[in-house]
Amino acid sequence: MIYDAASFSTYRHDFPMMAATNRGKPLVFLDSAASAQKPLAVINAMQQFYSQQYANIHRGIYEISESASHQFEQTRETVRQFIGAKKAEEIIFVSGTTAGINFIANTLSLGSDNRQAFKAGDEVILTEMEHHANIVPWYLLAKRIGIRLRVVPINDEGELDLAVYQSFFNDKTKLVAVSHVSNVLGTINPIKTMAEMAHHHNVPILVDGAQAAPHLPLNVTQLDVDFYTFSAHKLYGPTGIGVLYINERFLHDLPPYQGGGNMIRTVSFDEVTFAKPPHCFEAGTPSIASVIGLHAAINYLSTIGMDNVRAHELELLDYAETQLKSHPEITIYGRAKEKVGLLSFTLGAVHPHDIGTILDHAGIAVRAGHHCAMPLMERFKVPAMVRIAFGIYNNTADIDHFFQACESIKGMFQ
Amino acid sequence: MSLRELYQEMILDHSKYPRNFGVLTHANHEHVGHNPLCGDKITIYLHEENGVIKAVQFEGSGCAISLASASLMTESIKGKTIAEFEALFSAFHVLVTEGKETIDLGKLDSLRGVSAFPVRVKCATLAWHTLKAALLQDRNPATTE
Repeated sequence: MIYDAASFSTYRHDFPMMAATNRGKPLVFLDSAASAQKPLAVINAMQQFYSQQYANIHRGIYEISESASHQFEQTRETVRQFIGAKKAEEIIFVSGTTAGINFIANTLSLGSDNRQAFKAGDEVILTEMEHHANIVPWYLLAKRIGIRLRVVPINDEGELDLAVYQSFFNDKTKLVAVSHVSNVLGTINPIKTMAEMAHHHNVPILVDGAQAAPHLPLNVTQLDVDFYTFSAHKLYGPTGIGVLYINERFLHDLPPYQGGGNMIRTVSFDEVTFAKPPHCFEAGTPSIASVIGLHAAINYLSTIGMDNVRAHELELLDYAETQLKSHPEITIYGRAKEKVGLLSFTLGAVHPHDIGTILDHAGIAVRAGHHCAMPLMERFKVPAMVRIAFGIYNNTADIDHFFQACESIKGMFQ
Repeated sequence: MSLRELYQEMILDHSKYPRNFGVLTHANHEHVGHNPLCGDKITIYLHEENGVIKAVQFEGSGCAISLASASLMTESIKGKTIAEFEALFSAFHVLVTEGKETIDLGKLDSLRGVSAFPVRVKCATLAWHTLKAALLQDRNPATTE
């Protein structure tokens, strides 16, 4: 499918929230990197499931439970195709990206028959552009076990310094944990190269894909990563559900994470035997309707095509960057050659929170603050930034509204 | 509510040219306040004698609302007793949360518009929480959380 701006613009009508208001004005939603709005296909799928098909999965011996289980497992297969995994059992449902990262931090660090547990002095490689979700779980391990965090710096454009990354590997390196796309800078990191370098040193790599999955065609097998995780709610799906991809080479090499129902084969007080992957990693009743919603979201995206989504967002980014040329008071953070459709900025000396409030008043929803990336704010010596982020439903009119509102900010604070 | 009602001239003026800004060398109370949500950070310096606020200054960085509130606060409380400060803080809190003036708040009334933007209440009250913590000699940084 070749990208066509005119036909793409009709997708906006699939999102009921595009008719909503904010502060009494038509909503201009530029905060999709925080959470994306939902197409009717997702809303309807969940409503239909709850009103006509709902039952718990993997338990009931009745028809609707069987059918719910079938839909749930079909979603696993749909996710597999969407991210290019080899096997459906490599797909684990978790509550979101944060849960996915905590899952790996907690299981990988325990070790297995084939691998040593993390111990004091072991090293995990992170980067300066990580979201708190990919910093704090490792900090907790540093406090608990005494592992050392090695942080790959970025240049002023917001790109990783791969020479430093390369130099970090040694006998103590246990894992690389890196975001595919920065939620602040928009930088697309060279994951395939980074994975190759890590594997050269026999080190596995975990990728935080929260900001990549909604914007880029994805193939985890080609990237050759060990773990990849993302949330449904940024992917136009529901909250409370996400995916953790575990490469099959680790599937039988991680201890159970949480214990409970569904993840076992037999239980006595003396001995428990576990279900096979992926079920051994999914304790308790999952967010079933959210999985159904995720299925609908992926089907919706597949109809559009991720290449088209990418082309659309690049076009919006290009349009915004052209407009920026007549706004020298706006400073952009993140000038990487490979970027997704988002822009983080400051405007003169006006504090981002004031900018956020004035945009809010004009109906425009943006993120203003530290973006859960305090080390990155420190790196650029700013207390906060404002971010606009594009999604399927955005158009050039949204960007025009934004720049008009920037004019009124200038007027007020001059 | 129009934007001009939130960002009144008084607020813009005090945020651009904050009064009583800078270190107070003879302070006997000093406290750091932090609003983690937006990164606002201020230090309050206070000279208190027998329960009376003799001098108060502040420094730091933040949004227009938090800077203006800090600046206006320092102007309003100089010479007041601690009890008077606490009464003023209570009345100010009602103003920025409910939009009601329970006692004459003078220039502070210019922050009334904050009540229409609940997420900004923390900005408007940061300096006040910090000053209260300074008086209590609390060792932990003040926060609006």
